[in-house]
Amino acid sequence: MPAGFSALDFYYILPELLLTGGAMVVLLLAVLTPRNDNLLLGVSLGTLVASVLSVSLFSGLDVTAARGLLAVDSFAAFFKFIVLLSAGLTMLMSAPYLRVEGLKAGEYYFLILCATLGMMFMASGVDLITLFIGLETMAVSFYILAGFLKPNPRSNEAAVKYFLLGAFSLGVLLYGMSLVYGATGTTSLQGIAVALSGQSPSMVIVLAVVLIGAGMGFKIAAVPFHMWAPDVYEGAPTPVTAFLSVGSKAASFAMLLRIFVEALPAVAADWSALFWVLAVLTMTLGNIAALTQSNLKRMLAYSSIAHAGYLLIGVVVGTERGVASMLVYLGVYLFMQLGAFAIVVAMRRSDVVGDELKDLGGLFRRSPAAAFMMLLFMLSLGGIPPTAGFMGKVWLFGAAVDAGFVWLAVIAVANSAVSLYYYLRVVVFMWMHEDAQPGSPLVFGPAMTVALGIAILGTVVFGIYPQLLFEQAQAAAGTLEGFSATVALR
Amino acid sequence: MAEALAFYTLSVLILGLAVAVITTPNTVHSVVFLVLNFLCVAVLYVFLQAEFLAVIQVLVYAGGIVVLYLFVVMLVNLGRSPEEHQDPRRLGLIGLGLSGAVLLELAGIIAYSYTREQSPPVTAAQASPVQGNIEELGWLLYTDYLIPFEVASVLLLVAMVGAIVLARRES
Repeated sequence: MPAGFSALDFYYILPELLLTGGAMVVLLLAVLTPRNDNLLLGVSLGTLVASVLSVSLFSGLDVTAARGLLAVDSFAAFFKFIVLLSAGLTMLMSAPYLRVEGLKAGEYYFLILCATLGMMFMASGVDLITLFIGLETMAVSFYILAGFLKPNPRSNEAAVKYFLLGAFSLGVLLYGMSLVYGATGTTSLQGIAVALSGQSPSMVIVLAVVLIGAGMGFKIAAVPFHMWAPDVYEGAPTPVTAFLSVGSKAASFAMLLRIFVEALPAVAADWSALFWVLAVLTMTLGNIAALTQSNLKRMLAYSSIAHAGYLLIGVVVGTERGVASMLVYLGVYLFMQLGAFAIVVAMRRSDVVGDELKDLGGLFRRSPAAAFMMLLFMLSLGGIPPTAGFMGKVWLFGAAVDAGFVWLAVIAVANSAVSLYYYLRVVVFMWMHEDAQPGSPLVFGPAMTVALGIAILGTVVFGIYPQLLFEQAQAAAGTLEGFSATVALR
Repeated sequence: MAEALAFYTLSVLILGLAVAVITTPNTVHSVVFLVLNFLCVAVLYVFLQAEFLAVIQVLVYAGGIVVLYLFVVMLVNLGRSPEEHQDPRRLGLIGLGLSGAVLLELAGIIAYSYTREQSPPVTAAQASPVQGNIEELGWLLYTDYLIPFEVASVLLLVAMVGAIVLARRES
């Protein structure tokens, strides 16, 4: 055992160790029994469940492990649950998709597991190096997953575009990080906060804030760093798009909160103003661009950009309540967004691509169950009571008003109203339009049924009884350090 | 004073060469400028007393990566007429000059690291129980930064699997 490491350190990274081990087993099984998709799915899901269970071992703890590189706290646990759950739902909806597209399941599940591993380090890292290496692991897995449909030029385009722009944004992010290291002489978030406290922030730090903000803005697809998102979301395999819009976004928000709230409270006024502008631009442009889309995946891409704008409100507010409401919204967003994508995946059949809006025509007559589920997800994304999306928005916008960001809340509410147009357009297509493929109802396999069941459950339960989620989010936000300094500066 | 002068001269060189890389119409010239750029960055590392990093920079970037670039340039060939590829002697001379420069630089780095052996390292790892550049880096990688180091190995595995997945011919 290396010097300075104790058995406890290895115990604290048990969820990550289990995930890595499971990923290796999946890779081996892919070679030994390449055609046994069900076994591969089973092992991958089992790995995720084991990881979830081991995360819950540490509930209530608030310590750092591995020489101060990783935090074991409620904040990390909350995001690990979100990431693992979204990975699980993605795998469940991938099973029928892989069959239809004829893709190799082994490598696919391996890459999903590795992306999840990267996300977990982004959630628990409290050192710039750990955070960066987690981000890179996630990003490289996604570059490959986006191009998994090899014969499809759209998928190739998505992979190349995501790779080139991703590499560039990573460079910008690293430049910002290196400036922070140069100014403070440490990569530890806590150390940076200590080094910067009690002195007026230098121009170097402000420049670093802008660069790191731009780098992270790319990952969460905030305007004006969103240009890649619609093309990549449209071209990538649909389950990958779902995972990209939920898992990757959640993990990036975790990293963003860790860096800005924990390490840079000294320049909170600067980054709060920066994210105010980004939030307004992101939700407005996302919603307006979504209005004119005819492709369902593209529309959901712009909708996910708009949702990143809403989520940024939590960062702008920057108080414990703001972050807690943002976590609630992320938890809610997980179920409704993955649910909507699951329906899009179910539309894909051997002879139908099914990602155009007009493919939804007359879905109500063809398969009423699918139409009702899509209706529920659309209402939730639009923020209509009694769905979970409504509760999420109420808390998030309420936190903004409470902290004095009234205009931000007003703009957000106006944006939600605009967004209803394109969410309800989906409903109009399903109910009012002519049948696109008469007499061929959607078929849900067992895996897809479970995925949709969980998504529906989350969307409904958290709409009626949101306290459950709110308590967890409150506890998670409470373990994030640096709020006192942030508030004192305002 | 002397160090500042050297730093700013090098910075101008690095930035100038970087601009030259992206503005030269000739791909081979562009790669050559890139080599020079990498070498200047290596010198910068020497000034920071990171001799190991400087050697790695020369070996991996100016060596390995650029060879890859040249292979791609050679294979893609970008539609130039064969006449422009002429004069192997001139190219050979350039090659000789470049390899001489690399050798000189390596020798310089090693000589420099010997002369600077007495001065204490200024890195954050002053408390580390080992001396010397490589030992210190190894010490840090296997103690403080063990977890990121291990995750990096997963990252490389992902990249390898990805390269195979994307390049494999479907049966």
